[in-house]
Order: sequence, then C-alpha cells, then structure tokens
Amino acid sequence: MASVEIHDLCIRFGHNEVIKDLSLDVADGEFLVLLGPSGCGKSTLLHSIAGLIDVAAGRIDIGGTDMTWADPTDRNIGMVFQSYALYPTMTVERNMSFGLRINGTPKAEIERRVNRAAEMLQLQPLLHRKPSQLSGGQRQRVAIGRALVREAGVFLFDEPLSNLDAKLRAELRRELKLLHKNLGSTMVYVTHDQVEAMTLATRIVVMRNGKIQQIGAPAEVYEKPENLFVAGFLGSPGMNILSGRLSVSLNGLVFSSKGIALNIESCPLMGRPGDEQEVLLGIRPENLVIHAAGELQATVSVIEPMGNHHVVWIDFNGNLLSSIVTGALTFHVDEAVRFTIDVAKVSLFDKTSEQRL
Amino acid sequence: MTAVVNPLPITRRPRRLGPARIGVYAFLLCASLFFLMPLYIMLVTSFKTMDEIRLGNIFVFPVSVTIEPWVTAWTSACTGVSCDGIRGGFWNSLMIVIPSTILPIFLGALNGYALSFWRPRGSQMLFGILMMGAFIPVQVMMFPLVRILATLGLFSSLPGIVLVHIIFSMPVMTLLFRNYYLSIPQELFKAARIDGGGFFRIFVQLMLPMSTPIIIVAAIMQVTGVWNDYILGLVFAGRDNLPMTVQLNNVINTTTGTRLYNVNMAATILTSMVPLIIYFVSGRWFVRGIAAGAVKG
Repeated sequence: MASVEIHDLCIRFGHNEVIKDLSLDVADGEFLVLLGPSGCGKSTLLHSIAGLIDVAAGRIDIGGTDMTWADPTDRNIGMVFQSYALYPTMTVERNMSFGLRINGTPKAEIERRVNRAAEMLQLQPLLHRKPSQLSGGQRQRVAIGRALVREAGVFLFDEPLSNLDAKLRAELRRELKLLHKNLGSTMVYVTHDQVEAMTLATRIVVMRNGKIQQIGAPAEVYEKPENLFVAGFLGSPGMNILSGRLSVSLNGLVFSSKGIALNIESCPLMGRPGDEQEVLLGIRPENLVIHAAGELQATVSVIEPMGNHHVVWIDFNGNLLSSIVTGALTFHVDEAVRFTIDVAKVSLFDKTSEQRL
Repeated sequence: MTAVVNPLPITRRPRRLGPARIGVYAFLLCASLFFLMPLYIMLVTSFKTMDEIRLGNIFVFPVSVTIEPWVTAWTSACTGVSCDGIRGGFWNSLMIVIPSTILPIFLGALNGYALSFWRPRGSQMLFGILMMGAFIPVQVMMFPLVRILATLGLFSSLPGIVLVHIIFSMPVMTLLFRNYYLSIPQELFKAARIDGGGFFRIFVQLMLPMSTPIIIVAAIMQVTGVWNDYILGLVFAGRDNLPMTVQLNNVINTTTGTRLYNVNMAATILTSMVPLIIYFVSGRWFVRGIAAGAVKG
C-alpha cells in the first residue's frame, strides 16, 4: 500500500505542453478517478506515474519515495490497459506470472499469488487457455489478475472497461469496486465515462487541457461543480443552463431571464455577487420538478422512457430543459405542464469566467 | 398444405459462366501457358538423349526417357577445369544460404524491435538512412566493399560472402520487422516493461514468439534472394565457395565439343529447385510478405 504525491508536474511532447504544473496527492487506500474528455492529459498523467512517459519537470513520489526517474518495474505499481495488453503467446497462468518469473520469485510463491488472484477473479478454469480463447470480459479479468499478482502498492487503470459492452462494463465495474474494498490498495483510474467515475471513486479529479478543474467526492463534484465545464461533463442528461442576469435588491437575490424571475436567496453562494451581473443558472434535471402547482409553465417536447424513469424535455421560452420524472406520467407530448425549480440546489456561474459564484 | 396464393417470384442465382467470365478464363489460360512453356521445354529436353534433341522437335515428348543428363549435371558436368557436376555448388549455396538467412532475420528483427518500441533518440533518422541504403544500386558499393573486406581479410571467404548478404539484406529485413511490430499495440510493450522486462528479455520472450508469421515471410524472401544471387557470390565468395548459380553458368559456358542441351537443362532445373519448391510450398506466405512490405511505409 502506498500513497502517490505529484508535485508541479510538466510533460511535453515536442513543443506541445500536455501537462503543466500539475500537483496532486493520492491518499493511501484511495480510489481516485481521473475524469475528462479525450486529449485532456489524463492518460498521460497516469502513464507518467507508471514511468512509461518521461517528465519534463516536477516530481512523483510513490509510497514516500521519489520515483520520478525510477524504472516502471521498480515503482511498486501494477497497471491495467484498455486493450488488455495480454501476451498472446502465453497462457493465462504464464501471463500472470511473467513479471514474477522475471524477478526470480520462488515457484511456490508464484503459485500462491497466481492462485489467489485467479480465485478473486474466478479465473481458475481459464488458467491454461491462451488469450485468444477468452472473451473480452475474461481478458480484462486476466489483465487485472496480472496486476494483482504483483501485490503492488498502487494500481493504475487506463480506461480498462472502455472496450467492453455495456452489460459487462457494469459487471466488471462492480467487481472492481469490490476488489478495492477487499484489498484496500490505492487505485488510480482513468476514464472518460462519468458513470464509472461516479460509481467507483472516493474522489474524482476532473481534467481539461492538462489542468485540474476540480477535485472532490463524487457527490460534491456532481452537486457543486466549480465551473461550467465540470457541470456539463457530469450528469446524464446534462445540467440545464439558463442565461440571464442577477438583480440584488432588498427583496433578495433575483435571477431574471426571458419569462422567469426566480428568487434565489436560498441558493448557497460563495460570495456576494454584483448587481446586474450576467450569469448562467445551472439546474440538474432531478431538481426541475414537474407538478400541477408549479409556478412556471412550459410545453412538453420529447419524452424518453428509461424503464425505471422518464426523461422529459420541456420547451421553456425557447430553451429545451430536461427533467427526470419517476413514477407514472400525467401528461403527453405537446401538452402544457407546470414546474418548479429547487432553488436550494441550483448552481450559478459567472457568464464570462464560467466559474461558480 | 394450403393452396399457394400469389407466390413470390423466385429469384435465381445469376449464371456463373457469362461471356465476360469466359474471356477472363481464356486470358488466364493463355498467360499461364505462355509462362509455363519454357519450363515445359526445359523439362522435356532434360529427359531426351542428344540424338533426339538434334531432330529439333523441341515440343515433342521424349521417345526414350533417360535420366542420364540429370546424373551428369549433378556429378560429372564440367565447371571450367574440374568436372564434378554442380553438386559442389549446391553445398556451397547451402552453406551460404543458412547463415545468410538466420543472421539477417535475427538482426532485422532486433532492429525493427528497437525502432518501433524503444525509439531511441534519432531512430527516425537512422531508419531513413537505412531505407536510403535500399535504393543505392549494388554495383556502386561493390568496389568499396571489396576493398573493405580485403582489408579485414574476409575477401573470398565464406564469412565474407555471408557478411555481404547480411549488409545488403538489412534495409528490407528491418523494414519488414519494423512494420510488423508497429502493428502490435504499444500497450503490450508497456505491460512488459512494468512486469520488469529488459531490452533483450522482451525481445526474446515476448516479441520473437509473436513474430512467427513475419519470420516465415522473411525466411522465404531471404532464402530465395540469396539462392538466386549471382553477382555477389561471383565477386565475394571466392573459388572454393562459388554458389550454385555461378557453377551453373560455368557448366553452360564450358563447351567441349557439342553443347549438351539436356545436361544444361537438367543443371538449370536443379539449380532453381530450391526457390521453386519454396514458392510452391509457401505461396500464401509469400504473397503475405509482399503485402506486408507494401502496406504502411
């Protein structure tokens, strides 16, 4: 078990600065998820922790030791790749034991570790198969097993579930979470899938263009996004955004836009905003509640049935807003409905800086 | 069964043998006859006696089949002064081909592996220079190489000719293996690095076992290439190691009295036997090799 500390990390590809002055601490036993769109530098960051990419400046400590220039194999890490990266000419057992055989671990110890990992991941019946004889889910299990037998302090996952179909992905996601619970090891996990991030992480790091946008527990990042990018990246359907301006008066704080004047006094703000400030109001679909006594009116545009809930898209003065409705629907497409906004749970962003107010 | 109401029209599989198809087959037949004709004449002639050949009917099947010319070609045809047949050349060629296949493949694989996975500084440039080497005609390098080998004391020796073959095969072998290794995901190499594999361990334990298809392709190219070589063998091998191609030339050019066409034909077929067998046995692999070299630069 080990912690990871990254200080002022810079990574360049030629003249292209992919990561600039990035600092990040991963606590011992934490499940940290690096989340961001493709090209945001999250995989680069992970590969630099693994020692597979040279850093231009900065320092990486693993388990309290400076590992910035250490060989990948000496870093006390295990890694799982998106493409599984299994050795095609070796059986499952030899795949898992390859690293141990290289560093001369005694035979009995190799056997013990391989059997333990195989048991955890239900791989025993497959030990003597070649990777080409396995399904995608089984292959990724083997890849996880290969990382496990190293009994490393830190496990690195590079989009391990992206090549799997939806059902397997959910299954393996649950297994990974269970694995983390049982092992208690530090895990750093890269994904662009917000569902994986929300379900697995103890903390999420949202990244864009090589910079960290926000670090926090999943609920915190979801409910209190620090800027518009984070707000838009998490949640499905995404956060509804209304553009308008603020007016500060004796009655309190009022957000006004076309056809709406909303008292947002109960909205928790970090500072006191200025009068007439141009702002963006962000409302999560579940905080936009459709009910008969609502004070606002809109027309139902599209209804998406999701099985256990419906996503209802309503046309509110030309803005298409989404709402999540659980239970039976009391309206049809093209009908008028009334709704309220749960003001205590909205987010407010400055229009120009796109930062949370 | 109920009565068939308004049955759907049955669509027929289109006729296979249209006029266009017949034309194509006719052309292919003509082309293959054209290319097979010389081989046919050689085979037929090699089984005829000289008396029969003098009648001049070169397309006719031999009346009295004789294997005498084959025996002569193998054991007692004159290659210049000595008259031991071309069997000496066969063994010489074999001695040249075996190391000239194994070593270039190993070195080419090592080059390709280093270029596509380790990518040391300047590797792109190194590869570019190596590729340029493939476009420089052999004749240009001939004399400098003679001088260099003479200085090293390797001129006119088996190690000398093998070294020359290694040098001239390096660009193609490197290209072949580099392109093959580029198609292997980098992540595989990274996983092996994390598992603690070093340069040679990853090469020997991971990459070489994965390279069987391309090794077969490289072996075919190298064996046929080296076996068919004439000029390098003539210049660099030395009198004791002359390959079969050079011996064949000597057999045909050494005339004492009448030209023994049947012996010449037999000797030629014997010389081309190794590449021919390889082409026939490995046609599929050979095509794959050509494609592997062509796709991706």
